Amino acid sequence: MSTLSFLLALICSPALAAGPNLGAPLSHADLAAWDIHVLPDGSGLPSGSGTSAQGAAIYVQKCAHCHGEGAKGGVNAALVGAPPIKSIDAVKTIANFWPYSTTVFDFIRRSMPWQQPRSLSDNEVYALTAYILAQNKLIGEQEVMNAQTLPKVRMPNRDNFIPRFPDKMPGRPDRDL
Amino acid sequence: MRKMIPVAGNGLLDRREFLRGGAALAAAMTGYSVKAETLGEQPWGKEPGMLVEPYGVPSRFEKAAVRTLSNPKGEPRTSHARTPHHLLQGTATPNGLHFTISHAGNADIDPAQHRLAIHGLVKRPLVFTVDALNRYPLVSRFTFVECGGNSAPLFSPEPIQASVQALHGLASCAEWTGVPLATLLEETGIDPKAKWVVAEGADSPHLSRSVPLTKILDDAMVVLYQNGERVMPGNGYPMRLLLPGWEGNMNVKWLRRLQLTEAPAMTYYEARTYAPILPDGKAYQFYFIQEVKSFITRPSVGVEMKGPGFYEISGIAYSGNGRIARVMVSADGGQTWAQAALQEPVMSKSFTRFRLPWQWNGGPAVLQSRAWDEAGNAQPTRQQIVAVRGQAARVPSPMGFPSQHYNGPTSWAIEATGGVRHVYA
Repeated sequence: MSTLSFLLALICSPALAAGPNLGAPLSHADLAAWDIHVLPDGSGLPSGSGTSAQGAAIYVQKCAHCHGEGAKGGVNAALVGAPPIKSIDAVKTIANFWPYSTTVFDFIRRSMPWQQPRSLSDNEVYALTAYILAQNKLIGEQEVMNAQTLPKVRMPNRDNFIPRFPDKMPGRPDRDL
Repeated sequence: MRKMIPVAGNGLLDRREFLRGGAALAAAMTGYSVKAETLGEQPWGKEPGMLVEPYGVPSRFEKAAVRTLSNPKGEPRTSHARTPHHLLQGTATPNGLHFTISHAGNADIDPAQHRLAIHGLVKRPLVFTVDALNRYPLVSRFTFVECGGNSAPLFSPEPIQASVQALHGLASCAEWTGVPLATLLEETGIDPKAKWVVAEGADSPHLSRSVPLTKILDDAMVVLYQNGERVMPGNGYPMRLLLPGWEGNMNVKWLRRLQLTEAPAMTYYEARTYAPILPDGKAYQFYFIQEVKSFITRPSVGVEMKGPGFYEISGIAYSGNGRIARVMVSADGGQTWAQAALQEPVMSKSFTRFRLPWQWNGGPAVLQSRAWDEAGNAQPTRQQIVAVRGQAARVPSPMGFPSQHYNGPTSWAIEATGGVRHVYA
């Protein structure tokens, strides 16, 4: 029996472990404010929705300061545009590089705006995600982004990634899609 | 007097001369080249010294040994602080000089309010206080942490004239103490469907990365202490994830949450930032391992030579795949090589200090090092890296990140004046 399978057998045993047991139980309700990971298959996406038009207004107020007018870039990165990737130091943009649309929602919700993260409502995050995807012509101007539609937005560069050490990968990351 | 026999071109001497007695070696090499002086009593020998302070700081004469900052005014972007390898010795990076990258400043966390939640595909979701974790059986280990973008300026098509601090300062090494994650997951239990652990920080970007469960159960720790004292704010106080030998950004600082999942979350930093572009336009994703690397810290740019004579060549080697097995040093740009002495103890996934005696004749020389690890991996030549990974189209700023995961050699050209230049050789 390998060390790993021994460890897994031990850990998967339902009996209470004989360790210090100094953790407190954690309910879904107690975790809710922190439970923000969104996966490419859409798991973790909250209820709510937003459109590009709604996002445009929020963008002007809360994002343009750093990312520039029309999301074309300012003191921080451009969010619109897809310059071709011609060298290893090419600029990576959402449209030319990001493989999953869910990452856009996840990153805005956890990290933006830079000065005041976690201040946007889920509807506002959906709206900003819709605005950025529409500005990049990855969705139509009228499309509504929600937990069902967002994971279905296919990003152009999706199939251009290869794991560096396949033997270290637990499985195909997109196998559930 | 013993005769010093060069073992490779341009004055490299046998590393074993050191083991037989460094003092005799140094005396033999230097002779009486230094002028005599009369010794007198100095002011500090004539009156009592400074007050002893509650927390010691280095001598006021060592003000140069500080980190260099990429964002000293805290503008709305990432801040980097780089380790001054050229002014340090041994392998333990002092805590105030450990490199830091913070994407929105260093979180100022009250440990009494901090929590670590473990949930997702577990049998019993649990939340831990800092005090609770500190009561678990603790484990200490030395390991390096290295940014995936460390050494990236060497993807430049031309050698950038910058110090070892600027080129390689985003790697440091410390003794870390904490709780093995296998211990905590034993208490939560693991759903057999779990394959990944998504880690998240309590800092304002809530930085998140996905880690294979196998790595978490192998040697990952939640660390509370750094070189004996509590983890520094810039390194994740009050706790960080430690993944020995793996990409620095995955060692999530200010750790507050671990969610077990079937699939990776494809977070910003794994789906976009630490996905190096390849020459054919595809990109590596999930690079994970910091591969075998070495560089000479002395002499190097900014550590000038003071005339011909004896010098010790010294540097750092490390590998995310285990112990360093061998380091070779060249003084003639790679034509001939001599094996360097490795300072014991040589520890897995830790900095290893290498040294080699050198008699510099005052002529041009090009110094470089290459390392091998116990898994049999060789530090690639620059040509080998460029063949697979390409090089940047433009010369980047020394602070720039044209790509990630460069582990080729660094070459220092010694000029007749004693100056040191960065070259490709």
